[in-house]
Amino acid sequence: MQPNNRRSFLDFSFKYGALLVIALVFVVFSIVNPVFLTYDNIADILRAISITMFVAIGVTLSQIVDGFDLSVGSTVSLTTVVTATLMVWYQQPLVVVIVVPLVIGVLIGLLNALLIVRVRIPDLLATLAVMYVIAGVHKTYTKGYSIYNNMQMTDGTKAPGKFLPDFLWIGQGKLLGVPIPVILMIVAVALVHIFLTYTRWGRQLYITGGNREAARLSGISVNRVRLAAYVLSGLFAAIGGILYAARIGSGQVDAGAGLLMEAVAAVFVGYSVFGAGKPNVIGTFFGAVLIGVLINGLTMLNLPYYAFDIVKGAVLVFALATTFVHLARRKT
Amino acid sequence: MTTDGRLELTMRGIVKSFAGVAALRGVDFAVRGGEIHALLGANGAGKSTLMKILSGAYTADAGEIAIGGAALAIRTPRDAMDQGIACVYQEVDTALVPELTVTENVMLDRIVRGKGAVRWSELHREAERILEGIGAAGISVRRKADELSIAQKQLVLIARAAAQQAKVLIFDEPTAPLSLEEANRLFAVMRRLRDEGVACIFISHRLGEVFELCDRITVMRDGARVETVRAAETNPQRVIEAMLGKPFEEEFPKAQVEIGETLLEVRGIRRGTKVRGVDLTVRRGEIVAVAGLVGAGKTELSRLIAGADRADGGEIVLHGRRLSLSEPRDAIRAGIVLVPEERRKQGVLVEETVRTNLSLPSLRALSSPLGFIRAVQERRHAESIVAGLGIVPPRPQQQVKLLSGGNQQKVAVGKWLPTDADVYLFDEPTKGVDVGAKSDMFRLIGELAAQGKGIVYFSCELAEVLGIADRIVIMSYGRIVKELSRGEATQENILYYASAGEADRSATE
Repeated sequence: MQPNNRRSFLDFSFKYGALLVIALVFVVFSIVNPVFLTYDNIADILRAISITMFVAIGVTLSQIVDGFDLSVGSTVSLTTVVTATLMVWYQQPLVVVIVVPLVIGVLIGLLNALLIVRVRIPDLLATLAVMYVIAGVHKTYTKGYSIYNNMQMTDGTKAPGKFLPDFLWIGQGKLLGVPIPVILMIVAVALVHIFLTYTRWGRQLYITGGNREAARLSGISVNRVRLAAYVLSGLFAAIGGILYAARIGSGQVDAGAGLLMEAVAAVFVGYSVFGAGKPNVIGTFFGAVLIGVLINGLTMLNLPYYAFDIVKGAVLVFALATTFVHLARRKT
Repeated sequence: MTTDGRLELTMRGIVKSFAGVAALRGVDFAVRGGEIHALLGANGAGKSTLMKILSGAYTADAGEIAIGGAALAIRTPRDAMDQGIACVYQEVDTALVPELTVTENVMLDRIVRGKGAVRWSELHREAERILEGIGAAGISVRRKADELSIAQKQLVLIARAAAQQAKVLIFDEPTAPLSLEEANRLFAVMRRLRDEGVACIFISHRLGEVFELCDRITVMRDGARVETVRAAETNPQRVIEAMLGKPFEEEFPKAQVEIGETLLEVRGIRRGTKVRGVDLTVRRGEIVAVAGLVGAGKTELSRLIAGADRADGGEIVLHGRRLSLSEPRDAIRAGIVLVPEERRKQGVLVEETVRTNLSLPSLRALSSPLGFIRAVQERRHAESIVAGLGIVPPRPQQQVKLLSGGNQQKVAVGKWLPTDADVYLFDEPTKGVDVGAKSDMFRLIGELAAQGKGIVYFSCELAEVLGIADRIVIMSYGRIVKELSRGEATQENILYYASAGEADRSATE
């Protein structure tokens, strides 16, 4: 009976471990700090994770096709500053301000797909290289400066434009007391969940990731499916970049640098939620919540921000350990 | 030890099954020092499995292995090596380290296990001495392994075994990639090892060389030993009969189907060294078998016709229209579907449910214009295929990996049935399938032919080929070497042409 007990304990911890940890963190923080469980603070947490979540949706999609997209953080950085400069430097209308970054995200996804699917560079290496290229592009483009209203240009003049109020509303506004980014996040999670679970394209993504050769022999265009996953990954990262600019009200250099790890950690926490055993967007959402709650709680406890990476890294390690222990067990 | 002091290795009651399918059913096998012992059997008889158990690549479910009466526990290749059992694989490249020199490969064990500094000059001399000892002095010990020919690589492997003082050497189809001259040189080395008291186990499909070289012969069939005899007391005819067993037709009667117009024409198709210009024609209602030994290029040919690999040249014509296939999807749309040999890796998605597997090629038809999969339709779709093929258990929600090999195969075939394909390619469809599911599979293939489909049946199971096919083309070394009608073909002449790719005069009637 001993091995059986051990087995069922491992199964249980795999299925509900992440949720229990979230619950536990909630309980502990709400006891330690009475402000923690207020509506405002919960709304704060959700708003804080909304950008991470868009990036994490992209990572989820690339993970589903058994790929990996490391370039999402850089994509956020680039699209954030592009969004900002479109308003501050070029005074473009809202449509352009939103469409151009999205196109950039799609192009980065196409580049990744080209390298991975056509040139056949392993996904981690290809997107690692692209990550650095994009990071370089965004710093070159801004000459290393952050973008803010009427900023001082290097030639001594002042930038002509400001952030559009309508644009700022996307990141800072509220609807019926709910922050707009939170609404956008919930809509995105719901749409992506429906797409992945109920449409044939979602099915094809999972099948391609599950066994590429079997999928191909069954008539699925696996290369097209993988291309789509990377393009969507770039697109969602670009949405993350737009939201970032709208929330901060400026175009921060290296805005996306920390988002990659948060997103990856969220995806791997989500891998196990409810025992899914595969990347899924609802699980990713819970993963993002876990990270958001931890950071919020620790901020209230006055943990210095530079220590957050330790916490996030630890979450990632723990999630990876759970996932791979489970995978190794399933193989035997 | 035997009474005369020679080594004796015995395997007793060895049982092994894979995913519920029995590969070995209590095999007894014994080999003595100072003999070359042939292990023969048709593909799937279990000889490779038996040897993998002996060399530690697999662990037996039951049975025991002993040397001189002392039981051995062989669980890993390391254990086998420690007991002096070594293997010369057909795929020599996987056993050698290509970037290392001959010396390093021969002395690998000593270098890895040795302590302290390596004295190269001494090692080179030692390696030369060992190569000379087995009669292979011509190989320069300072060359890298990947610069050697296959024959030379085999000799390096044998030398490594000699360096480890191996007492039992397994030769798993070593002559398949060799020229006649190279094979003769290998035989000289083997005889030399035998005379030094090594026990040599020799697996080969070429009966000529078996009778030339071996002292005793063990024949296996269907995971059991049929007989062990002295080579001098038998002949090729008897050995072939023992390998093949009872005639196949008695087991699975063939339905009569009218054969119609030409469906598929393959002309001069080729790819690399595996498929070297093949012509093939399939008509409506016809079952064409492509027979050949393992490695003849059958799987590669099936993948070319199915669009899974791109051909270097040649053309595929369906309904008189030339196809341009860049991926399987193109072939499927044109009406050619493949049931691949690697069922669990390619034929089905083992982690998914039966329902998901069955709907894969029909996803578009099962979805709304917006791409939403219609759950009710998908369920009915799966239920009707499951019921039609008698998949057990009849639950579309079942994960495919929990099904038996035969039922997995039914899923792999069943998913194509609603697609209205015209040509079905079956690559070794009965591999790892039990007898009951086999006859279901044959009935299904017969029904497809009766519906006017064209069937190409790629198989190394000669008995099955004879039972099912209207026409048999025999493939050897990437080419079609002979075509036989149903009336002309016998197991003996198929085996003869299949194994006669190079000088082999043994299996003649």
